[in-house]
Amino acid sequence: MKTFIAFVYKETLHILRDYRTIMVLFLMPVAQILIFGFVVTTEVKNASIGIWDQSKDNASLQLIQKIESSGYFNVENYFINKQQIDAAFKSREIALALVIESDMGAKIMQPGGASVQLLADASDANTAQILVNYCSAVISDFEFQQRLLPNNKSIPQVEVRMLYNPYLKGVYMTIPGTMAMVLILISAMMTSLSITREKEKGSLEVLLISPLQPHQIILGKVAPYVVLSMINAVSIVVMGIFVFDMPVVGSWFWLFFINLLYILLSLGLGIFISTLANSQMVAMFASMFGLLLPTILLSGFIFPIENMPVPLQVLSHLLPPRYYVEAVKIVMIRGGGFLYMWQEMLVMTVFLVLFLGLSIKKFEIRMK
Amino acid sequence: MDKIIEVNNLVKKFGSFVANDNLTFHVEKGEIFGFLGANGAGKTTAMKILCGLSKPTSGRVMVAGNDVALNPEKVKSSIGYMSQKFSLYDDLSVVENLRLFGTIYRLSRRQIQDRTRQTLSRLNLYAERNRLINTFSLGWKQKLAFSSAILHRPRLVFLDEPTSGVDPVTRRQFWEMIYEAVADGITVFVTTHYMDEAEYCNRVTMMVDGKIEALDSPSALKQQYGVETMNDLFVKLARK
Repeated sequence: MKTFIAFVYKETLHILRDYRTIMVLFLMPVAQILIFGFVVTTEVKNASIGIWDQSKDNASLQLIQKIESSGYFNVENYFINKQQIDAAFKSREIALALVIESDMGAKIMQPGGASVQLLADASDANTAQILVNYCSAVISDFEFQQRLLPNNKSIPQVEVRMLYNPYLKGVYMTIPGTMAMVLILISAMMTSLSITREKEKGSLEVLLISPLQPHQIILGKVAPYVVLSMINAVSIVVMGIFVFDMPVVGSWFWLFFINLLYILLSLGLGIFISTLANSQMVAMFASMFGLLLPTILLSGFIFPIENMPVPLQVLSHLLPPRYYVEAVKIVMIRGGGFLYMWQEMLVMTVFLVLFLGLSIKKFEIRMK
Repeated sequence: MDKIIEVNNLVKKFGSFVANDNLTFHVEKGEIFGFLGANGAGKTTAMKILCGLSKPTSGRVMVAGNDVALNPEKVKSSIGYMSQKFSLYDDLSVVENLRLFGTIYRLSRRQIQDRTRQTLSRLNLYAERNRLINTFSLGWKQKLAFSSAILHRPRLVFLDEPTSGVDPVTRRQFWEMIYEAVADGITVFVTTHYMDEAEYCNRVTMMVDGKIEALDSPSALKQQYGVETMNDLFVKLARK
């Protein structure tokens, strides 16, 4: 035990004396979470809209007011002909244009109803789609109010309730995703780097010849990183709560436990990488390309897994972050307990055992 | 005399490649045993097996009274090891390094303190004990690494090309340290590429293509092969 503590102390000194790495370790998660939290968002706020109001009556004014007060749109310009709209799109003044036909107030009372036209800049297809959806929602809401007044025909009314995330906030998805990414990167990359560094320098040989057991060496190297990664996990969660208003509906205990499990899993992955890589360079590239990109692309935190082609969906099942993201969402957002996420936790445990088992296997082969 | 290393019919194969072909030799307690050979002759492989870092394909290897294959842990705690590649952790101070390795080899805190003071005063480095290793020259690093490798007073120390890349004066000082260690009762097993250093050994082996080609004291070997220096001997045998 004393030797183990001495070894952990040595490892901690390595980390603390390399203050540039320390900076990266602590600042990277903060930077990542800010960048992803603010940038990766599917919400629309204050999009520029232009309006060609051919009607200019009470009804059209009410509609325009409703659009303006929705908070999603900023009325940038009023047009009086088609050419102006084209010009506004070309100069990128507006992202969406609304054309209201004449005599709207009168037509809206007719059975045929009034019609409006939405023009969107689809050179950015995603944004165009979102803007059109938002605007359509505002318009149908308006239509509903207008129709209600004169003749109360009972149109089936659809009431939508978005459970768990009523305001459809993007950060509910990006914060767990970023946590998954940052933790796996830091844990796996740092352990694989620190072990391959000893390989490169030849110190691993000296340690293996010493009375230290291989598992003591590995655990000793990993222990400080468990603490570091936990600090990172806490700082990310705190940022999520205070900067992005993430709720923690479920229990703090399970949130802690999931994070610990995921960190151990990532460290196991790091150890596994280091048994394959003989230099720090290789270890770094393996962790960067092998972990970072798949986590971003396939864990479902930016791109929905349901929309992927089947082979990629299958592949995404092989990535540990996917299960972590799911479990974190269950605890933080839905408030589910162990019963709702035991499957995710089981899968993560299997990954952990797998990585450690493979590492030990690989190590034994090296001895022969 | 006691035999501290006894190797009988050691064979190590990597697939079809035979790295160590039926080695049989012994090292006596208290001697300086030189392990020579060209690059790729199988020195490192044999040394790894002796240290318990790698398992022999067949044959029996006894180190410090224990079978390496059966009892590697007992062997590990009674030997010291120093390689040219690694000489202590760069970002730790002298004292921190010695304390780390002292603790790993299960010395008490008291023992570590006493021996650190003793070792560093002998090297005239006690005043600089808190300097980081990376501020020392290679020669000093190697001397400190050697001191660290024998801090736990092993019965046997393995030195893997300990003096590569250091200047002649430092090499001389390094060998003085080796002699001091031998005087303290430590057996030294050393590999080197410097043939003048081979002359300092009590006995040397020459390995060629995985086999032991010659084994005796330097003077006996020179006489046997009719050469003037160890250098000539090396060239003669390695060319064969």
